[in-house]
Order: sequence, then C-alpha cells, then structure tokens
Amino acid sequence: MTSPTATSAASAQPAIRMQGIDKSFGPVRANRGASLEVMPGEIHALVGENGAGKSTLMRILGGLMKPDAGKLEVEGRDVTGWSTNDAIAAGIGVVHQHFMLVPTLTVAENIVLGQEPVKSGMFDYAHAVAEVEKLSKETGLTVSADRKVSELSVGEAQRVEILKTLFRGARILVLDEPTAVLSPPEVKELWTVLRRLRESGGTIVLITHRLDEVMDLSDTITIMRAGETIDRLQTASTSPAEIARAMVGREVALMSRQGEAFGVSSESSHADVPLPVSSAYSAALEVNDLVLTGSRHTRVVDGVTFAIQPGEIFGIAGVEGNGQTELIEAIAGLRKAESGSIRVAGHDVSSSDVSERRTAGLSHIPEDRHRRGLILDYSIADNLLLGRQDEFTHRGVLETERIAENAKTQIESFDIRPPSATLPARSLSGGNQQKVVIAREMGHDFTVLLASQPTRGVDVGAIEFIHERLRAARAANKAILLVSAELNEVLALADRVAVMYRGRFAIVMPAAEASEETLGEYMIGTRKESAA
Amino acid sequence: MTARLREQIEEALFPPVVALLVALICGDLLIMSYGQSPANVYRLLLEGTWGNAYGFGQVLYKATTLTFTGLAVSLGIRAGLFNVGAESQLAAGGFLAALTGLALSPAIPGVIAVPLCMIAAALGGGIVGAVPAFLRVRFGAHEVIVTIMLNFVVLALLNWIIANHLHVPETLHTPEIHAGAIPRLDRFIPAFHGSAANLTILIALLTAAAIWFLLFRTRRGYELRAVGLQPDAAEYGGVGVGGVWFRALTLSGAVAGLGGINYVLGYKHYYEDGFAGGSGFLGIAVALVGRNHPLGVVLAALFFATLSQGGLAIHAFVPKQMVEVLQGVVIIAVAMSVPEVRRALRQARRPASA
Repeated sequence: MTSPTATSAASAQPAIRMQGIDKSFGPVRANRGASLEVMPGEIHALVGENGAGKSTLMRILGGLMKPDAGKLEVEGRDVTGWSTNDAIAAGIGVVHQHFMLVPTLTVAENIVLGQEPVKSGMFDYAHAVAEVEKLSKETGLTVSADRKVSELSVGEAQRVEILKTLFRGARILVLDEPTAVLSPPEVKELWTVLRRLRESGGTIVLITHRLDEVMDLSDTITIMRAGETIDRLQTASTSPAEIARAMVGREVALMSRQGEAFGVSSESSHADVPLPVSSAYSAALEVNDLVLTGSRHTRVVDGVTFAIQPGEIFGIAGVEGNGQTELIEAIAGLRKAESGSIRVAGHDVSSSDVSERRTAGLSHIPEDRHRRGLILDYSIADNLLLGRQDEFTHRGVLETERIAENAKTQIESFDIRPPSATLPARSLSGGNQQKVVIAREMGHDFTVLLASQPTRGVDVGAIEFIHERLRAARAANKAILLVSAELNEVLALADRVAVMYRGRFAIVMPAAEASEETLGEYMIGTRKESAA
Repeated sequence: MTARLREQIEEALFPPVVALLVALICGDLLIMSYGQSPANVYRLLLEGTWGNAYGFGQVLYKATTLTFTGLAVSLGIRAGLFNVGAESQLAAGGFLAALTGLALSPAIPGVIAVPLCMIAAALGGGIVGAVPAFLRVRFGAHEVIVTIMLNFVVLALLNWIIANHLHVPETLHTPEIHAGAIPRLDRFIPAFHGSAANLTILIALLTAAAIWFLLFRTRRGYELRAVGLQPDAAEYGGVGVGGVWFRALTLSGAVAGLGGINYVLGYKHYYEDGFAGGSGFLGIAVALVGRNHPLGVVLAALFFATLSQGGLAIHAFVPKQMVEVLQGVVIIAVAMSVPEVRRALRQARRPASA
C-alpha cells in the first residue's frame, strides 16, 4: 500500500474519463461540457489560464464537488458524484495548491492522520515515524518525520502532502499547480519524484499553466479555456506556442524557464537603463545591517545591507524559506527587526508602523494575497483602498463616491475581470485577484515597491501584464524590490540580483552578468561569497 | 448592481425566515404534545403581544433592551471578537446610571440629568468591556473566557454592594431615583397604560443607526470589519489590530451598558439586583439571528421580545418554558440554515442567470 503499483486493469482503459462536465457557482460557469481522458501510467498535463476551470474539474474528480451534469469514470467504473472518501478508497490522491496540513502536528502525525498505527489502543507514534521514513526512502521524497509542519518550508510541506496521498495508497495523483511555490532545485527534485512514480505505474495529472513544465514532463496535454476543453495533444508532437495559443485564444509573448524571452526583446529587460550614481542620499530604499530573529532565536535575517536607487529593480532570488519573507515583512513594518535600520527616500522608518511607512512612499505586493493582500469578503472597490483608507476618508467618513470612482478607474486601467466593483474579491480568479492587489499598490504614487512573488499562481497573460507594469514603474523612476521564486523572472526583470541563503546575501551582482546556473549554485549553498 | 443588491437582501432575509418556519413546526409539535391546538396557542400568543396595546408595549420594552445587547454582541463579532459578557455589562451600566441618578439633585432638569445618566451607563458597561479587551490585546487572553468569568465577578460584586450598602430594607433594589427619569410611552399614547415601554426605544433605534453608520460609512468601521474578517490583511493595510480590538470590545460593553437605562431610567427608576435577567445572553441570539447587521438586530430583538412576552400570554395552556424551547430552536435553526439556505438560493438563481 505504500508504493504505487501498476493497475491490473486493461491498459486500453483510461484511468480517468470525464465527459460533458458542467459545474456552476451562482452566475459563474466554471465548467461547461468539459472533458478529460487520462491513460494509466502517464503524466497528463491539464493546462489553462486562471479561471479556466481546471481546479473545479479536479475537485469533481476528487469528490469534493458534485457536477451539475456529465459523467465521471475511474478505471472504467462510473463514479459520477462520488464522495472524497470514495475517491481516496479508489486510489485518487489530490495535492491541493493550498496545503491542508495541521501545522501544530509533526510530519509523521500529519501523514498518518486518519490511518494512525495503533498499539494496545494507543497511537503508536514510533511506528508512524518508522512508516513515514520508509515511505520517504522508497519514493525519494525526503522529509524529517519528527518536525512540526509549522516549521517547514513550502517545498517541504508539499512533499508532506504528496507523501500523505501516497500513504493512503494513491495510484492516481493529482497535483494542483505544484511548482507555484517551489524554487528551481525543488522543482527538479519534484520532477524526479514524479517520473519515478510514473515508472512504478502511477498515473499523474498535473495542473499547471507553465508551458516549460508541460513540455518537460508530460506525455499528454489537455487544454482548457473558459470552462471548456479546447484540445487534447500529445506532448511530443506539439510546441509551447501552439499550447499557449490554445490556452489564451491569441498569440502571446512567451518566456521559458531558461530565461530566454520570446517576443520580449532581451535588451529591454536590463542593463540599458543607466543607473544613477550610488550615493547615500539618492537611494529610494536603504536597508542597513538588518537582523531578524525567528523562533528558537535563530537569525532568519542575518545582517542584510542593500540600497535601491530610483529607476532600479533589485531582485532577490533564493530557495524559499531563506529569510526573504521575513525581510520583506520587516521592511513593510509587519515584523519587528532585532537591529538595523530601514530608510525610505531618506527618512528613517525603522520604528514607524505600517501606515507611516506607506505614507513615506512604500507600496507592497504581499506574497500571500489570500492571507494578507486581500480581504476576500470585501468588494473589489473596498479592497482597492486597503492600506489607503485614510486618503478616502473625510473627517472619519468614507467618501463613497470617490471610492467608486477609484474602483472604476483601477478596474479599467488594470483590466480586472469581471469589471464589477461590488463583487467580493473571493469570487475572482487568482489572476484577477492579483490584479486588484497590483492596481491598489501601483495605481497611485509611490517611491518604493516591495513586490513579493508578484506573479505567483497567475496565468501567462497576467504574468505578461504584471511584468509590463513593473518595467513601466522602473521607467517612471520607481525603486522596486522584487522577490521571486522564479529565477527567470528575477533575471528578466532585475537590474541587480541578490541571492539570499540562510538569512544572508550570498552574492549581489548585476543581472547582466548572472546566469541561472551560477545563481542556482549560490541558492543551494554550494557556492559562497560574502556580499560586501 | 440592483440585481446584486436584491441578492444581498435575499441572503440576509431568507435564512431567518426559514429558521422561523422550522421553529414554528417544532412549536406545533410541542403544543400538540400538550393536547392543545397550535392555531389556538399561536393566536393567543399574538393577541397577548401584538394584539393589544399593553402587550405590544411590553414587547417594545423588552425589544429595547435586546436591541442594545444584540448590537453589543454584533459589534464584537464584526471585529472578530465574541463578547459573552453583555449580561454583566448591562447590569453595570444600569448600576452606574442609578448611582448617578441618586447622586444628582432632583432639581436638575431631565435634559441634563438623562444624558449624564446615559453617559454613566455607557461608562459602566464600557469599563466591564474594557477589561477583557485589555487582557486580550496585552496578554492574548481569550475574550470568551474572560467575559464569561467577568459575568460572575461583576454580578456578584453588584449583588454585594446592593445587599450590603445600597438597598431599601426588605428589597434588593436601590432607593428610587428622582433625577434622570425617561418618560414612558403611555404619557404620549394613553393606550400603552401600564406597560413598561418608554422613550429609551428611540435611543435604541438611534444607537442602531449610529452603529450602522460607524460600521459601513466610516474609516473606523471599514477597519473594524477588516480586522474581523482577516486580521492579517488588516495589519498589512496599516490597521492596528490590537487597537481595533480594544476599541470594539470597549464600545461593545458601552452599548450593552447603555441598555441598562431602559430598566433603570425608563421603567422602575431604581437599580434592582438581577434586572438584566438573561437579556445579555439573549443578545447573543439576537445578534446571530439578526446576522450582525443593525437592522437585522432590531428586527430580531422584536422577534425574541415577542416570544418572551408571548410566553406569558399562553401560560394557561402550555408551560411558558415552551417559548424558551422555541427560542432555542430558532437559534439552532438559524445557525444551521445560514449556509444551507444560501446554497439553495444560489442553486435557484443559477438557471435564471446562466
């Protein structure tokens, strides 16, 4: 039960067959006659823009939702409208985009949850740890069974999620945008694991909108757009351009993981903008010897110093969990620094609160839009004033007309869809939610922008749009601190790149001189060089 | 836009209405189990409440206190805090209002004395609310635990003060106050004669309107609701979460405390031990059924006041505890029906909008 075994069913029979699936949420039709056919033992990529209906389709497969119409067959059995328990029993394991782990429990406890080994009526923790370690070794998914989930990096948490499904005997593994939160080395590791699972007979459905991943890994591709299934292709006989066209319904500028830009001229990305001469007074953002302590008195940020000039994009690359999140939150005022100073446009804001820092010219695209960036039950209009509520207030009373006016302008200029200011943010697709955050943070005057994972979990079209906005802001002489798990994104946008490793800058160099290979070595710590 | 508004109204109104129907059916079964005709009992219940001026006056009087406590609880919930202490906040408010009334000279005109007593009432509740607020913000002590425990402490303390220092012999109430009385409604509408309804009801309605304005039209309200929905996002938006919590819970206590004037200034003109009589706890139900919206709270307060007064009217046929069972059923039905009814509404809407 621990390792996936080949299905004994006839190989001609699809592992999953979904036909004519309809599913609506109120006025939104997430799936309209969608279909999907996955053969056993293949890696099947399900691609489409945000809001194309991929996740809904997979939720129906996993038993989390019942379709309004259509038929679902698994290994030849009609299982339409089954429950999550049925799905798990049938060997379907879904790894969700947002992890479903109990943070206060250990890795082993999370994995065995619901199937705990028992010895004389008591939970046998030692046995659980042993089983998890065994499974971990077999699959190559390395985790430390004894650690608490709350202490794990996102990559590690994801490995726990995968192990959890395998522990329950999953033979058909569904991964919902698994790489959205991973660094390049972690992605490579995941690929190895997935290929190994395929070789041992597992079937894998990979939801993604990254074409390089699709080309890299998948055998077959299903493309969805606006709730419908557009095409089913063999990976070997297609091209990224063809897939992108089918996804978006038009030609798009593409970027590969290698950082080569198609349709984006490479010289526009960096180096042609003459940088202002560095001086202590001209820097828009200065961070000096910043130290942050985390749990158990570890130094999560350990003496980081840098300055960003107006008109510069300073990129921070690094494997997630090396202090980037904490650094950004400390600059934004959301986390208390142990020591060090932060200056925005020459003003020392080290002891200012969040709103004072905003007033000083700081804008912030947070890495987690669901937790920080948006109030999901607030309307788009109300979300567009979060953090700037003072500006839309006269003597303590909200100026409803100006708020509506602002919403109208931002929705138009940032192409937020559907263009209805009164809709709750919750009802938007991920890409459009991110556009709301970006509209709010970039749609007004600011000096410094903290952009943390600005394109995480958004589709090709929106990535293009967001990159354009960031470049436009640089051209308008804004200073931008870009933190991204996407190395190619950092390389394509930034003028200078720093690699963060264990709370320090391992290296700072002009992006023009950096390559994915050298930065990768600093990211995983095989190369070290103390930044001056 | 208008369609969306209609949807919002439907989603606000349908769950309580469905819950009411469920409660009615349960009520039918209960009444029949006593060998009575439900139609008859419900008729009596309505006649004893909305059917005559005295009964209606009593409903208005009870609804007034429940409006205050319901508003208090809903204000806390909007900020993400569950204030279970409205009972003792209400009592403390009434107590301070009575003390102020006793201290003032009877010669002071009502236009000055009443506002002074009101301020005292709000202050009394506010102080009781500020304690859990401070403990929550400063030490992270959970407000539910603290407010529950504080109910015992405050009520016992008030009981001790009254019993040992302030009571009229042979009773558990203070001497009658002469400054700061609020006129009863029967002074303007003679039909209300004998009922406890008084002008505090206007203050309750004004308070509801003011809280609506605060919540939905001011920056503070925007921030308060943001904290209640997503504290991390509010913090990111520059809102001091601790400050909002402190102010919200203190204000919640003050609103509950203000409710004390209904009894003390409007009805008996003295503070009596135990006058709150569960109105603070019932405020939780009022907030829940009223969906934490000021208008909903006012309607829910009327509803629960009707049940409570109606219990007296039907006492001859079925035990008045039946209405307490009914109240419980309504609360459970609302708690269950909110998500269920919403889902059904969305399903029903789908074919039309698709």
